[in-house]
Formats: sequence, C-alpha cells, structure tokens
Amino acid sequence: MDDKQVILSVKGLCLEFSHRKGAIKALRDISFDMCQGEILGVVGESGAGKSLTGSAIMGLLDDSAAITAGEIVYQGQRIDNLDDASRQALRGKEISAIFQDPLTSLNPVLTIEEQLTETILTHLPLSQSEALEKAIALLEEVGIAQAAERIKQYPHQFSGGMRQRIVIALALCVDPFIVIADEPTTALDVSVQSQVLQLLKRLCKQHGTTVMLVTHDMGVIAEVCDRVAVMYAGEVVEIGKVHDIVKHPQHPYTVGLMDSIPRIGVRKKRLSQISGSMPRLTELPCGCKFHPRCQFKQFGCDTTTPCLKQTTTTAVACLRDISIEEHI
Amino acid sequence: MFVFLLKRAAQAIGIVLVVAFLSFVMFQFVGDPIEGMISENATQQERDELRESLGLNDGVIVQYTRFVKNMAQGNFGISYYNKSDVLSLIIERLPATLELVFVAVVISLVVGILLGVWSAYSRNGLMKNTVQILSLVGVSLPSFVAGILLIVVFSVWLKWLPSHGRGEIVEFGYWSSGLLTLSGLKAVLLPAISLSLFMITMIMRLLKSEIQETMRADYIRFAKARGISERSIKYKHVLKNSILPVVTIIGLQVGGLIAFAVVTETIFQWPGMGLLFIQAVNYVDIPVISAYLVIVAIMFVVINTFVDLIYLLVDPRIKVS
Ligand SMILES: Nc1ncnc2c1ncn2[C@@H]1O[C@H](COP(=O)(O)OP(=O)(O)O)[C@@H](O)[C@H]1O
Ligand SMILES: [Mg+2]
Repeated sequence: MDDKQVILSVKGLCLEFSHRKGAIKALRDISFDMCQGEILGVVGESGAGKSLTGSAIMGLLDDSAAITAGEIVYQGQRIDNLDDASRQALRGKEISAIFQDPLTSLNPVLTIEEQLTETILTHLPLSQSEALEKAIALLEEVGIAQAAERIKQYPHQFSGGMRQRIVIALALCVDPFIVIADEPTTALDVSVQSQVLQLLKRLCKQHGTTVMLVTHDMGVIAEVCDRVAVMYAGEVVEIGKVHDIVKHPQHPYTVGLMDSIPRIGVRKKRLSQISGSMPRLTELPCGCKFHPRCQFKQFGCDTTTPCLKQTTTTAVACLRDISIEEHI
Repeated sequence: MFVFLLKRAAQAIGIVLVVAFLSFVMFQFVGDPIEGMISENATQQERDELRESLGLNDGVIVQYTRFVKNMAQGNFGISYYNKSDVLSLIIERLPATLELVFVAVVISLVVGILLGVWSAYSRNGLMKNTVQILSLVGVSLPSFVAGILLIVVFSVWLKWLPSHGRGEIVEFGYWSSGLLTLSGLKAVLLPAISLSLFMITMIMRLLKSEIQETMRADYIRFAKARGISERSIKYKHVLKNSILPVVTIIGLQVGGLIAFAVVTETIFQWPGMGLLFIQAVNYVDIPVISAYLVIVAIMFVVINTFVDLIYLLVDPRIKVS
C-alpha cells in the first residue's frame, strides 16, 4: 500500500439476498482500501458483484439485500450501520455515484437546470441565482457549449455522450470526496467513450476526488486507473497497482483477463482463453471459486478457500505460490 | 401547433360524420316514426302527407345530406314525442349533465390521486390491503348497485342527502347551475359519488402502479445517489413522471363518464341529457336519440383534443410535428 491516506475501506464485507430457497451469498469477504485521490478500478465479468459493492458503499441496496458481516469505514467512521438520514446526508455531498446508462440516469420531465440546482441547493447554502451560476459553470466545465441556454433544456434534447457529461456534472456538482462510477462509458458510442473517460479522470484529478471505477473493460483500466481490484463470483481475487496487475498478474483469472486486452505491436506467448463461464451464485463450487476453470489448479484447490495474501507486487487469493510467469 | 389542431379538427369531423351516419341509419330501420306521431285512426292519406312533409320519401343519399346539413346548422329536428325542437331540449338538459360529470371528475381526481399516492408509499400493510380490496369492489360493482346502496344508506337510513333531483338551481341565460345553492350541492353529491367510484379506483390503481414502477427507475436511483431528499424524490421526481399516464386515462374516462351518466341519471332521476335519452329510447324518439349520440360524439372528440393539448404542455418529450 502507498503512504497515501486511506479515505474509505471495506473490511470483510459479506452480503446476502434473502430468497425463497434460502440465502444467496452474493458478496463474500470483500476487503479493499481506497486511498485519497486515487482511481481504483474494479474489474470482473458481469455478475461478479461489482455493482453490488458500489451500492453497498452508497447505501442504496435493495430491501432484499442484507450486509451480514464486515464493515465499511469512511474517514475513520463506520457508515454501513448509520441510519437512513445520516446516510442520505453523505450521499451526493461526500460520496456520489455515476451509473451506466446516461439515457436513463436523468429525469425526463425535469430540465437540466432543475436537476442541477436542486442537487446544489440540497447540499450548499446558496441562493437560487448563485446555484444557477454554479450550475452553468459546471456544465461549461464538462464541455457543454452554450451552457447558459442549454441548461433550460430537457434530457432528451441531448445526445448520449452529452447526457453522460451532464451526469458527471451532477455527480460532481458539490465536490464529493468519493465517486463511484459504475461502468460510466459502457453504454456510450465507442467514439465518445474515451473522451468521457478522460473528462472524468481530469476532473477527479483536479479536484482530488477518489474514484471507484467499475468496468469490465481492461483497456479502460490500463488507460485511467492507479490501482485495480479484480473480482470473481463475489470475491476479490487480486488487487494491486495497475502496472503490476497488467504486467505481472498473479491470479490465473487476472492472467486470463489481461490476455483479452488487444495490444498493438506486442507479441507475447498467448495463454488459452479462460474456458467455461462464471458459476451461478446458487451453485458455487467448494474451495477456490475459480478452480473449475483454472488451468493451474493443484491439489487442495477444490477444498480450501484461499485468502488475499500480499506478494511483492499485488495481493492475490490463490493457493499456488509459484508465479505464473515461471510456468509459461 | 396549428397543424396539430387542424389535423385534430379533420379527425373530429370524420368521427362525427360516422356517428351521424349510424344515427341516420337508425332513422331508416328502427320502427316507423309515423306510428308514434299520428293518432291511430288517421287515414292512409293523412299518413302519406305527414310522411311527405317529413321528407321520408326522398332517396337515402338526399336524406343523409339533408340530415347532415341540418345538423351542421344546429337543426336536429323535432322530437316525435313532445313535438319541440330537439336542440333546445338537449341544451336545456346539458348543464345538469355537465355539472354532474364535472363534480364526479373533481371527486375522482382528488380522492383517486390521494389514495393512489398513499397506497404507493404507505407501509401500513393492513390498511393497504383493505383499500386494495375496496378498490376491487369499486371496479367490479355495477354502477346501479352502487347508486342504490348510496341511496339506501345516505337518503333512506341516515336521511342526510336527497335521493333524487337537482335541488335549487340558479339560472344564467342558457346555463342553469345547481352548484351555487346548498340544496343543489347536497343533491349532486350522491349521484356524483356513484358516478365517480369507477374512476376513483381506476386512477388510484393506475397511479399506484406507475409510482411503484417509477421508483425503480435509474434516474430515481441517481437522484438518491446525489442525496436529494426523500420528500422531493417522492413528490416531485416520481410523481411528475407518474401523473402523465393518469392524465390520459382521465381524459378518456371523462367521455365515458358522460355516457355512463345515463345510468346514474336514471337512478337518481337527475334531469340531465342521460335521463332525456332514456326517455327518448322508451318512446322510440329517434331525433332525440340521434342528436344525443352526435352531441356526445362531439364532446368526446373535443375532450380528447384537450387532453392531448394538456399532455403537450406537461410532457416535454412530445414534440409537435
Ligand atoms: N435483487 C437481487 N436478488 C438476487 N440476486 C441479485 C440481486 N441483485 C443482484 N443479484 C446478484 O448479485 C450478483 C452480483 O451482481 P452485480 O453486482 O450487479 O454484478 P456486476 O459485477 O455485473 O455489477 C449477480 O450474480 C446477481 O445475480
Ligand atoms: Mg454491474
């Protein structure tokens, strides 16, 4: 870990859904820290529990979900057991979020102005006109031309990329300390994905905002993140600096993910694609959840669940102690 | 906007012409008006003369054209039964029906919206189930049964409200209003409630399910993530989106209410168009029947146009093209 200050840490988080056929353990023993000002990438196949982790930090879980163990600590204070009102006071002001689909993230019957000024006035003691001024300045900052006129418009009058810029403005309008960006560019045209991502990165670096960037695109991770957590079937299997994860992945699953990044001009010995698919939460295997798909599995993988162990580079949850590079 | 209205007007004229045609066809095939208008021992010659003077011997096309032309000039003919001008008969009865429907709409809006919002947000399971069951009853209870129940309870047992008539009315030229006197207000209450029961439950159930659906929308989640207060989320962000479909239903239902008023007016002896229509049906008074149909069709079209206009104002996504 860096010498940087930890702003939020998730410790041994377990989350279950109550279900007719008993409880579904959707998150098991999730632990990671977010350091002041960093961009932490969270990757993994869909269904790995990335969004759930984000929702748990936001305090926006469905009624059917319950945190059964562990805690979430924000600036030294435990927040997962706060009452609704104190939780709501944190949302937007301290911890904010950006969701996947810009087309559905904005309220269709309220103007951009109404949505922005309401958010600003909820958290800051400003007058209506000061809030409007701030809102226009924000829109200009995220790259909306003629912000003063366009702020009067409704969401449907903007393109997808523009809407995601507005969503970013909304999420960052009162300078939160942490932003949870859940696949913020997945729903966008490829041509604008990178622009929006760079915008998010620039704003967060300028304001010192800490970001949890959820994605299943390893290319995005390599482009903007400082550190990366890799999730598989409700667990964190590897976490470390982006350089280490990309160059020297330790967990067989991470190795497979890295291999899916197309790289120009790099010739390397290709590992075979990860075969099979992630198990459903109701039919998880014993031991390491990845072992049925793992090409390096060894004696004990199907009985012992590995914990995250710090190596010289990343922290990894795998029973093997020889690095994969030695295997190849 | 102008084009929209023009299009609407064209549609309206089309619809009214079709209804006019149907009522015209009725003239041709339902009974023989001569029988009702003339004494039983009139001679054949007297009958023929009357037939000729009413224009019943002309060709079908000529008769239809004349029918439409007359209608356009507000001439719906003479009632076979009480021999007076049909249009003035209807206009005389129009305010009673419109006031009844108006009060019913106001009651359904207020009660329906309150109940809908309450049952969507309330956490009181027992009360919610009770309201849910009552609303099922409201939807399935035939209007005449509800009307009779209301009369039995509030007029016969409790003797709070009158069971029939309009109470004291105040005249303003063509319009007569019962909403300005206490007895008039008391009189309108029972029929209006009976007429509004169905719409109350419709609005309530629709609004409730719309609210529950909107609560799950991404933009509500995002609003929560920005820390917007629960109150603003419930009553501004959610309600504004949920009320739109309700507007449409109300619009469509107001036309229905005017039609349904026939039953209510009969039960409560409410002196409106519906009662006139039922009497006309009894006497096969075809000019009155057909005029009623055409006028109700016109009202339907006008109301629907209004609803579309309201929708245009409320929903920013609809662009006038
Ligand atoms: N309301 C729910 N009830 C039961 N299971 C759920 C519910 N919401 C999510 N899950 C399960 O939790 C797992 C993690 O979901 P999610 O965090 O959305 O994955 P992702 O990594 O794609 O964002 C999935 O397997 C999903 O099926
Ligand atoms: Mg997700």
